[in-house]
Amino acid sequence: MRKYSKRLVAGLVVLAFMVPLVFGYFHGKTLAVLAPKGQIAVKEKGLMELTVTLGLLVIIPVFILMFSFAWRYREGNTKAKYSPHLTGNLVAETVWWAIPIAIIGVLAVVAWNTSHSLDPHRPIASNGPAMPIQVVALDWKWLFIYPQQHVASVNYLQLPVGQPVTFTITADAPMNSFWIPQLGGQIYAMAGMTTQLNLVADHAGNYRGSSANLSGKGFAGMRFVARADTEQAFTKWVATARQSATTLDLAGYNQLAKPSENNPVHVYASVDPQLFNTIMLKYMGPERS
Amino acid sequence: MWGRLNWHAFNNGLVALGGQLTMLLALLAVAALLTYTHRWKWLWREWLTSLDHKKIGIMYLAVAVLMMLRGLADAAMVRTQQATSVGSSHGFLSPDHFQQVFSAHGTIMIFFVAMGLMFGLINLIMPLQIGSRDVAFPFLNSVSFWLFASGMILINVSLLVGEFSAAGWLAYPPLSELAYSPGVGVDYWIWALQIAGVGSLLSGINFLVTILRMRRPGMTLMKMPLFTWSVLNAMVLVIFAFPVLTATLLMLALDRTLGMHFFTAGGGGNAMMYVNLIWAWGHPEVYILVLPAFGIYSEVVATFSRKPIFGYTSMVWALMAISFLSYTVWLHHFFTMGAGADVNAFFGITTMIIAIPTGVKIFNWLFTMYRGRIKFVTPMQWFLGFVVTFSLGGMAGVMMAVPAIDFQVHNSLFLVAHFHTMIVGGVVFGFFAGLTYWFPKFFGFRLNERLGRYAFWCWFVGFLLAFVPLYILGLMGATRRLDHYDASLGWQGLFIVAGIGVMVIIAGAGFQILQLIVSIKQRNDNLDTTGDPWNGRTLEWATTSPAPVYNFALLPPVGERDAFWATKRRKKSDEEPVYEDIYLPKNSGFGFYIGVGSFITGFALIWHIWWLAPLGLLSVIACIIIRSTDEDTEYRISAAQVAKIEAGQEV
Repeated sequence: MRKYSKRLVAGLVVLAFMVPLVFGYFHGKTLAVLAPKGQIAVKEKGLMELTVTLGLLVIIPVFILMFSFAWRYREGNTKAKYSPHLTGNLVAETVWWAIPIAIIGVLAVVAWNTSHSLDPHRPIASNGPAMPIQVVALDWKWLFIYPQQHVASVNYLQLPVGQPVTFTITADAPMNSFWIPQLGGQIYAMAGMTTQLNLVADHAGNYRGSSANLSGKGFAGMRFVARADTEQAFTKWVATARQSATTLDLAGYNQLAKPSENNPVHVYASVDPQLFNTIMLKYMGPERS
Repeated sequence: MWGRLNWHAFNNGLVALGGQLTMLLALLAVAALLTYTHRWKWLWREWLTSLDHKKIGIMYLAVAVLMMLRGLADAAMVRTQQATSVGSSHGFLSPDHFQQVFSAHGTIMIFFVAMGLMFGLINLIMPLQIGSRDVAFPFLNSVSFWLFASGMILINVSLLVGEFSAAGWLAYPPLSELAYSPGVGVDYWIWALQIAGVGSLLSGINFLVTILRMRRPGMTLMKMPLFTWSVLNAMVLVIFAFPVLTATLLMLALDRTLGMHFFTAGGGGNAMMYVNLIWAWGHPEVYILVLPAFGIYSEVVATFSRKPIFGYTSMVWALMAISFLSYTVWLHHFFTMGAGADVNAFFGITTMIIAIPTGVKIFNWLFTMYRGRIKFVTPMQWFLGFVVTFSLGGMAGVMMAVPAIDFQVHNSLFLVAHFHTMIVGGVVFGFFAGLTYWFPKFFGFRLNERLGRYAFWCWFVGFLLAFVPLYILGLMGATRRLDHYDASLGWQGLFIVAGIGVMVIIAGAGFQILQLIVSIKQRNDNLDTTGDPWNGRTLEWATTSPAPVYNFALLPPVGERDAFWATKRRKKSDEEPVYEDIYLPKNSGFGFYIGVGSFITGFALIWHIWWLAPLGLLSVIACIIIRSTDEDTEYRISAAQVAKIEAGQEV
């Protein structure tokens, strides 16, 4: 026993040093998924907490059983009962078929409901219509087109707080994944087709966005800032963007679409209204060489 | 004449040069050793051409262990890059090289380590466990091994000649298509897996037929040991899943070599189809690996608790439920592809359902310990470590089965941590438990226990250090496969801890190698003279250690489950054993030749050496025809010889 209590003390000492170390490390850092700033991400976080709780209902008993059985029925403990012919017990087995079935039953209902309520395609309920933004994943940068404001930006996203946004997403590159963890889950960006993602930012702030899916050598640099701010700030940003010296027509786009890495933020004063469709259609006809 | 192959293919920069030199020096050292000890002929006769399933099994293990060292080296490189490539520093690997390294790590660990360990263990143990003298198709077994080996060599040749794929271990198009990956890397990936994959399919057929047709009379299905049950399930999965892999890889190869458009971004291709197909193979593949590990845990827990497994029937049904369900969940690998809510919800729910039979298995294992007499040897430690890691990983898995949660963690390091928890903590721990448990059966002596313990603790602690930070990083928004990130994100500390974790794991692997060396040196202290060192329950312990070439001089009787346990409790008969003539397969070099032919074909296809590819393929076909016409494939060990061998062992 002495040996064990020594180990216990050693373990506690290590723990005592670890805890402040760990807390110190995380102080001032963002666990993006657990620090949601929009209602979609908030709900997704809540769902995580619920699932973990349900999971612990099984895992905690498993750990308790494992450690207590391992201790009690160790070879040296001859006082413990030994039943070399025990092959099963119908009641016991029924119990541990039933408990996971019940838990998964609950979780299945939750999964079904939230798959629908948090479906990326589903517009977010609000007073007004959602603001459309078109997203194009390029080698290796993000192009954002604001069709209502007729401006566009590279690796920068300006959003009004409280205004639901419908992102329509495609790629002119290998498959990428569009992800702003603090606002909500990701969705793939694929050439020749569109996917949709509905998000809203409920608090002002700068949120990191990136591509979550490997798309080639410049992939690590495919990050952008999603800035959520007031309606006025958004209007002002659009106005500033319109002052930009460059516009995005097809020729300009073809220039932009060439592979490049770690692109700086850029805004375009205007954008060809057919550009997004043109990009899509590029992949839908017969192949051009 | 040589297609795309020219001198530039040999020049890949300094870091690659290090790998190249290490590999070449190791090969030279082995060759020198063989020459010095005059062992070339021995190697050919005793090993390379052997059709003995036990020798083939050991060759599988040898390849897998070598490849594990390579895979660990890749892991160390990935971790070093991610721990150092922050802010203004860009690490020691270029993005392209870094991407090749993690692609190689994943591919090698799954196809050549996990699969190799699995087929090795099945080869060595399953025929013994069912009381058989061989597998159903001994020659096919050799072909399978040589296809596996030739795929393995091909993937390692990419380090010497040309480059490897930088498109990740599953090479999603359009990235893996010609437009975005014009080099030979993806072709190496395709043909290494294509060749090894055909070998796996043949093994699947071989082992399934072996289990169904070659059990001892009396061993009905519901009396089979659970390891054999798990292999039966896994092999059914192999037979259904691997043709999908073969077809998918073939289509990608056609896209790349003949300009077709199965999965291209344009021209009518559909990359989403590839993602569906590769996971229709890929998800069952996970269970192909983990089911045999489950089988091993079942054997280990029962033996070292000195009790029969708790709830055998439940265990069998749970295996079958998992096997069936493993085909209904593939879409959960891409909830984020934008399928509708109904589709996502369906696949999310089927995925969680798998947690039910898996949970039942865990409870049954724990209750096998209940009222047992548990001996905490290393295999049992691996089991307990597995319960801890697998429960946590399973909970992460159930989380990700909820589509709306998956959107937030998919493609992040949370996902990477999850599947490593399942594959390291589930599969690898299981195979290590099996290796330690059955080692005396393979070689006739036990492994050093103390070093085994050190290895376990290094692996277990290293595992936690390496992957707990990744769970947290995932929640911090860190995506997988990043060769560089901003310093302001504050991720570096966790990446450094993860890097230390990998070093601790490598120390664990070091202890395992040391354990092997020390155990060989001290083998006379740990000899297994009884053939039953652990007081085992199943038939593999009913013969000597190592098993003689014919496995059993007298085929063991089977009347109930845990047949050997039952036999031990019956009174021994005093009758003189009556031996019979035994027929065993003769050696054959054709498996090796087929492997060589396949390698040449693959290499030629990768480098577009169009005259050589058909030549290689024709040589394979010729080998098959010549071997098929050979009717003299068995040799006889007479009853008198058997008696002599058996008597010799009694001395």
